[in-house]
Amino acid sequence: MLQAKNITVSFGGKKALRGVDFTAQPGQITAIVGPNGSGKTTLLRALTGEVEHNGTVSLDSHDIAGMKGWELAARRAVLPQAAALAFPFTVIEVVRMGLFGGTSGGDATVPSAALARVGLSGYADRLYQELSGGEQQRVQLARVLAQVWHPVWQGAARWLLLDEPVASLDIAHQLLVMGIARDFAKVGGGVVAVMHDLNLTAMFADTVAVMAAGQMVAQGPMAQVMTDDTLSHAYGCGLRVSVAPPMTSTFVLPHTAQLTHDIGPLAPFSAVRTNTGC
Amino acid sequence: MAAITDALLDTPKGGREVTARRAHLWLLALLVISCLFSLAYGAAGTSLWGALSKLATGQVLSDMERVVLWDIRAPRTLMGASVGASLAVAGAVMQGLFRNPLADPGLVGVGAGAGLGAISAIVLAAWLPVAFIDLFGNWLVSAAAFFGGWASTLLLYRVATRSGRTSVATMLLAGIALGALAGAVSGILVYMADDTQLRDLTFWGLGSLAGATWPKLFVAGPLILASIAAAGFLGRGLNAMALGEATAHHIGIPVQRLKNVAVMTVAASTGAAVAVAGGIGFVGIVVPHLLRLATGPDHRMLLPNAALLGASLLIGADVIARVVIAPAELPIGIVTAVLGAPVFLWILLRRRGLVDL
Ligand SMILES: Nc1ncnc2c1ncn2[C@@H]1O[C@H](COP(=O)(O)OP(=O)(O)OP(=O)(O)O)[C@@H](O)[C@H]1O
Ligand SMILES: [Mg+2]
Repeated sequence: MLQAKNITVSFGGKKALRGVDFTAQPGQITAIVGPNGSGKTTLLRALTGEVEHNGTVSLDSHDIAGMKGWELAARRAVLPQAAALAFPFTVIEVVRMGLFGGTSGGDATVPSAALARVGLSGYADRLYQELSGGEQQRVQLARVLAQVWHPVWQGAARWLLLDEPVASLDIAHQLLVMGIARDFAKVGGGVVAVMHDLNLTAMFADTVAVMAAGQMVAQGPMAQVMTDDTLSHAYGCGLRVSVAPPMTSTFVLPHTAQLTHDIGPLAPFSAVRTNTGC
Repeated sequence: MAAITDALLDTPKGGREVTARRAHLWLLALLVISCLFSLAYGAAGTSLWGALSKLATGQVLSDMERVVLWDIRAPRTLMGASVGASLAVAGAVMQGLFRNPLADPGLVGVGAGAGLGAISAIVLAAWLPVAFIDLFGNWLVSAAAFFGGWASTLLLYRVATRSGRTSVATMLLAGIALGALAGAVSGILVYMADDTQLRDLTFWGLGSLAGATWPKLFVAGPLILASIAAAGFLGRGLNAMALGEATAHHIGIPVQRLKNVAVMTVAASTGAAVAVAGGIGFVGIVVPHLLRLATGPDHRMLLPNAALLGASLLIGADVIARVVIAPAELPIGIVTAVLGAPVFLWILLRRRGLVDL
């Protein structure tokens, strides 16, 4: 279990998180949603021990502050929101970097298997910097997968902490990546994913945590948390959660009646904007 | 150099690791050849081959041959190798640490900081007891140069790195400011210096291997060897740093320790090199860059290869400095600048814009 208690993070006097509690169970996908700047990335960085914070973060009831870097690296892998690479490494070299801390180390087949898993089999010897944005993001995901290749290791669950894993992916690859996360959780691993796409969240997340203005607004099973009220309140605009009769899956749509209030009178492109704006 | 240029022309990317391993051997051969050249050529007409054939047939060397080969050319060659290797390794480590191919101790003020240390030691030594100077004189200059290099590397990293990201523009500009400041303080010290000290300073400031002696080599050598050996442990960590500090931490790299060791390595090798040879520019930028083009950016291969190529390159530059206007000598810094500055400009031109740097 990955648990954060009463986390407060300040950046030069400005509080990005105020007393946030958060729990994620292995075997589940836990999604963190919320508007821009609400503190999702900051919470994830507190969970990895990367930012200074008050409060405690524990992994299977061990305080991570007392764990060594390599111990943590063996238990969890992190996909950052934005990843940069300094020198012209090839794709396979980048994926192999994931092996340094993890314990898949001995197995030389892991990096190519990880690449195949994200649909980049033929890319091993390409230069990372020459790939498209979405391809680069999938290489980073492959690196993260290589680090914790076996979701359960020495009897303990391992964790994937993903900050917007599908942000620059096309719809097919969004489904591929979320499928990878689901498979990882299905066999006992834990996944925490920061998400912006509420429909994808509804489709894949077991537990949802909603953040707004540095605070945790709600956390619980997806169907209980994703309600008109909670989401509309968190995002500050009208949202309607429905269950589509033929598929019985949950989906979220903007409340069109409020659109004119939020973004002004709609020009001829209103049809397009109603699908994306809110 | 043939191996390098071959590799530059067509390197199958998949085989980069193999190419890099093979490059170890080529570069070792190149180093042996350049050492032989450096022993064979010089202002005095003494012939290495003549001496070798005398030795082979059991004859005794003349005094002239012994002095020229053993007391002058041998320490000079070894000093060239150590200084070249340390400059190239310092460049490669600094570039890995700053995640930028343009970081070079000479360019960003670390060399100037080390120089300030060395100058302070030479000038301020006048206030120290004579017995102390007799014993530790050589060490004092090296230690002061090391300290100056360490302080400026640390300061530069602090200034240029915000929340794990190093801004190149800040790094280069801060480096210029740092270099100017160190230069100004050095100027004040030079103004304070007496005549003997001035001679020492001028000699040192020319950037030359001409002052190489066995005792100097015994001072600088261990520091340089130690820092090159330390760099050998940085390969994996520097590779991970290419993904950024945060990700390196996530992968399990002890980032803070890595940075400390890297800064110390840069300071020790730059400091030692500057203390014995003055300011020699561009080796630290050209050597790692050529190697990255030829065999890829993997620091586990890059660092040892840089040491080998840097050593050969500086020995080669020293041979050129000795023979080009013989019997006079060019300062070696001029040779490395003439060879290195165009390569530096070429690197700049190949990059798309400052944002990309
Ligand atoms: N390094 C930093 N220095 C100062 N303020 C920061 C820093 N990182 C984040 N913040 C602030 O903390 C708040 C939360 O930022 P955070 O990155 O956690 O948001 P987020 O929920 O991930 O947003 P997004 O959806 O845009 O990724 C923001 O107001 C941001 O300006
Ligand atoms: Mg974010």
